[in-house]
Amino acid sequence: MQQPFFDIVDNLTGQLTGQEVLLAYFSGEQSDFVRFNKSLIRQAGSVTQHWLSLELIDGQRRMSGSCTLTGVPETDRKRAGELLGELRTALPSVPEDPYLLYSTEPLDTEQVRPNELPDTGEITDAVLAAGKGLDLVGILAAGGIVAGFANSLGQRNWFSTHSFHLDWCLYHTKDKAVKTSYAGFAWDAAGFDRKMAEAREQLAILARPPKTIQPGKYRVYLPPAALKEIMGSLGWGGFGIKAHRTKTTCLLKMIEQGRTLSPSVTLRENTAEGLAPNFLSGGFIKPASVTMMEGGKLKDALASPRSAKEFGVQANSNEHPESLDMSAGELDADAVLDELGTGVYVNRLWYLNYSDRPAARLTGMTRFATFWVEEGKIVAPLNVMRFDETIYNMLGDNLAGLTSQRELLPSAATYYERSTSSARLPGALIRDFAFTL
Amino acid sequence: MLKELESRFRQAAPAVDFCSMRFFRCRDESVSVRQLVPEPVRCSDDAGVMITVMHGGGLGYGATSDLSASGLASAADQAVLWAKRSAGASVVDFSKVAMPHPVDDYEGPNEQPWESVSLADKFDLLLSLSKQLKTDDKIVDWSAGMWHKDIETLYLTADGGRVYQRFHMTAPQMRATANNGGDSQTRNLGGFNYAQQGGLEVLDRYHMRQAAPRIAQEALDLLAAPNCPAGTMGLVLAPDQMVLQIHESIGHPLELDRILGDERNYAGTSFVTLDMLGSFRYGSDLLNITFDPTLPEQLASYGYDDEGAKAEKQYLIKGGILQRALGGTVSQARTALPGVSNARAHTWNRPPIDRMANLNLEPGESSFDEMVAQVSRGVYMQTVNCWSIDDSRNKFQFGCEWGRLIEDGKLTTLVKNPNYRDISAKFWRSLKAIGSPETVEVMGTPNCGKGEPNQGMIVGHSSPACLFENVDVFGGV
Repeated sequence: MQQPFFDIVDNLTGQLTGQEVLLAYFSGEQSDFVRFNKSLIRQAGSVTQHWLSLELIDGQRRMSGSCTLTGVPETDRKRAGELLGELRTALPSVPEDPYLLYSTEPLDTEQVRPNELPDTGEITDAVLAAGKGLDLVGILAAGGIVAGFANSLGQRNWFSTHSFHLDWCLYHTKDKAVKTSYAGFAWDAAGFDRKMAEAREQLAILARPPKTIQPGKYRVYLPPAALKEIMGSLGWGGFGIKAHRTKTTCLLKMIEQGRTLSPSVTLRENTAEGLAPNFLSGGFIKPASVTMMEGGKLKDALASPRSAKEFGVQANSNEHPESLDMSAGELDADAVLDELGTGVYVNRLWYLNYSDRPAARLTGMTRFATFWVEEGKIVAPLNVMRFDETIYNMLGDNLAGLTSQRELLPSAATYYERSTSSARLPGALIRDFAFTL
Repeated sequence: MLKELESRFRQAAPAVDFCSMRFFRCRDESVSVRQLVPEPVRCSDDAGVMITVMHGGGLGYGATSDLSASGLASAADQAVLWAKRSAGASVVDFSKVAMPHPVDDYEGPNEQPWESVSLADKFDLLLSLSKQLKTDDKIVDWSAGMWHKDIETLYLTADGGRVYQRFHMTAPQMRATANNGGDSQTRNLGGFNYAQQGGLEVLDRYHMRQAAPRIAQEALDLLAAPNCPAGTMGLVLAPDQMVLQIHESIGHPLELDRILGDERNYAGTSFVTLDMLGSFRYGSDLLNITFDPTLPEQLASYGYDDEGAKAEKQYLIKGGILQRALGGTVSQARTALPGVSNARAHTWNRPPIDRMANLNLEPGESSFDEMVAQVSRGVYMQTVNCWSIDDSRNKFQFGCEWGRLIEDGKLTTLVKNPNYRDISAKFWRSLKAIGSPETVEVMGTPNCGKGEPNQGMIVGHSSPACLFENVDVFGGV
């Protein structure tokens, strides 16, 4: 769809009048989704979708709209032309936007990854075979994802990737399960077999009688996948400049009262090593890296083009992390059970939300294979526990250490379209973590 | 266009046990003003089809935004391919699932069409409200907005089924944040749950034009208020918090696909098991919960679900006893249990799964004052602010924007950061009084997340205010 998209924009550019400027965005995917339950298929199918978004600008006025495209060039040219006409009709009714900002210096980019995926049916067969005799539930998503930007000033950007993401659980019973993900650009049967073998090992531990602990403060270890849930909540207004300047950020006390996190906490938006497109709305190109927090102190905020204009800074992002990168620490991941000693190994966290946003206090649940550990040995699976704890405790005073090994965790999200976000994180050992229910 | 589409489907439909096509088109627009500055208008036109095939016991789908004859043929090919691949390896033998073939039309209300007021006039209204929200230097961020969706669906089966449905949905939004150093307090109009079917008349049903001064003042008042106290006490919940309580601790656990395990990798499982149906005491005798997609103005009302099942009101919980679960045609076939017409997909590119539609708490007999009068020590809480519940839908913790202490049967001190936590069935069994019809509000949630691939679904809830006893309540840091 790369050339057809650029052709559409060329065609629309020819229809512009006066001082009109056109910004155009394209996104699309051709994805297979196979949903599993009890090692059988629940729903399987394919989705082909193409989206065009246009932003028509005249002076300080802008009007934007989007529509699905068919993939048939003639039909799509007509539809895009109609959309442009609708935007032009509406434009005089729209007040001027003082925060309008778009790139006027064309910079072309192209990120194209070749398709190395096998037929999705082959992966499906492998999953069904591996799940035989087990209770496997999950989702396989595979196929191509594209995104593009083009404007009437001549800029052209294109992103194309082909990837798979298998996200699944092996269940022992009720809510006791081992959660595993395997994602990449080329299917490696041996790699999948290793993941399944590790999951089966943990599954055996889940067969032990579960333990229930009383609410209170515990030493916990959060592997990268669990820490990702906390980082996801931090990304919800924690790093964007608009949230900072409007005092709606969860990190309000860092801005207003000088609170800090542990010196070992350094966070970056690492576009260069992430999986997402490197271009932004307005045609801006993301910097290779933005350091949001260094040594536990806030540094550069993430700013979308519109916020950049409003607050007088450089546009550097979509205002939230898409390629989050947390610096490694010094703990050896292979020795975390010894470092944990007696406490809780939390495989995953779940359903986090702010119970006191200005104080950065989060509540959430443990989920999946969470274990009670005594003297460095896993003793029993733990029944689910609710926590209610501040970021300042978890990643500040009570952060005992971060692992030296990190994991790249691609997002499994598929709302509207398959996500290209990712996070590269270490594990975290935390003292006095407050479980409440 | 729909006639052409129907003709193309009839030509593209393969010779299989069952084949359907679901066309979905959503045209939406959102307009907002933040801090007296208009935000970019967002409008979209999303159209596509999903073709579903059941054959040889398997099921497959193909979804595409290409509505041409070749686009539909390609989608049908994909559906057949996946049906063949899943035959003999599916969670149910789809050849034994009897799919309906209804013929009907349905259109929801639309008294004052969205287009009847110009974009310029909509901005004028929002600018006026935005000015009313900025009442004090401590108001540091504020916005007013509205969105509208115009949804058309056409469901066809190769065996003659044809259901055309159209829905108009509108929602007001308003927010003010007050700040003083390290604390910020925000008030929202209805906590994003004010949404109904209809045109611009929906804005007046929620008194949007009058709400701005109250929203701003309440944000300022909260900033000066003490934290909610901690302890076990009485709890009166306003309808704009009850919607969340019903949604999370009754709606989701009763979804049959969760009970059957489909959601265990993502949205979660359920503490409810099939053997509880008909006997489990879910709540006190006062608790009556209905699945009711027949109230025209409620957000998730419709004539037929996305697999062609006719919408009918059903009691899920009656007199506190669990009666039936939320399961559509396929889930009913998998369990041989009665269900409801709730197989729904959020758009054309996602397959139908078990959803809530409208899930309502039937009103009781207590006035609001009578409920407050029953509480010697407690809190009255309004408006969803924080929500979290475990994957079996047992241990929950919810927080509200606004609270007021109840002391010796009277509302007294305003408190901020009111939170409470409990376990679902234990909590519903502590239901002590239900508000009368005068306390009922009809609301909806536009983005309930569930499913793999993920879907953000529109659901509706109506509820009166309710009183619970002996709840673990607490405040902020």
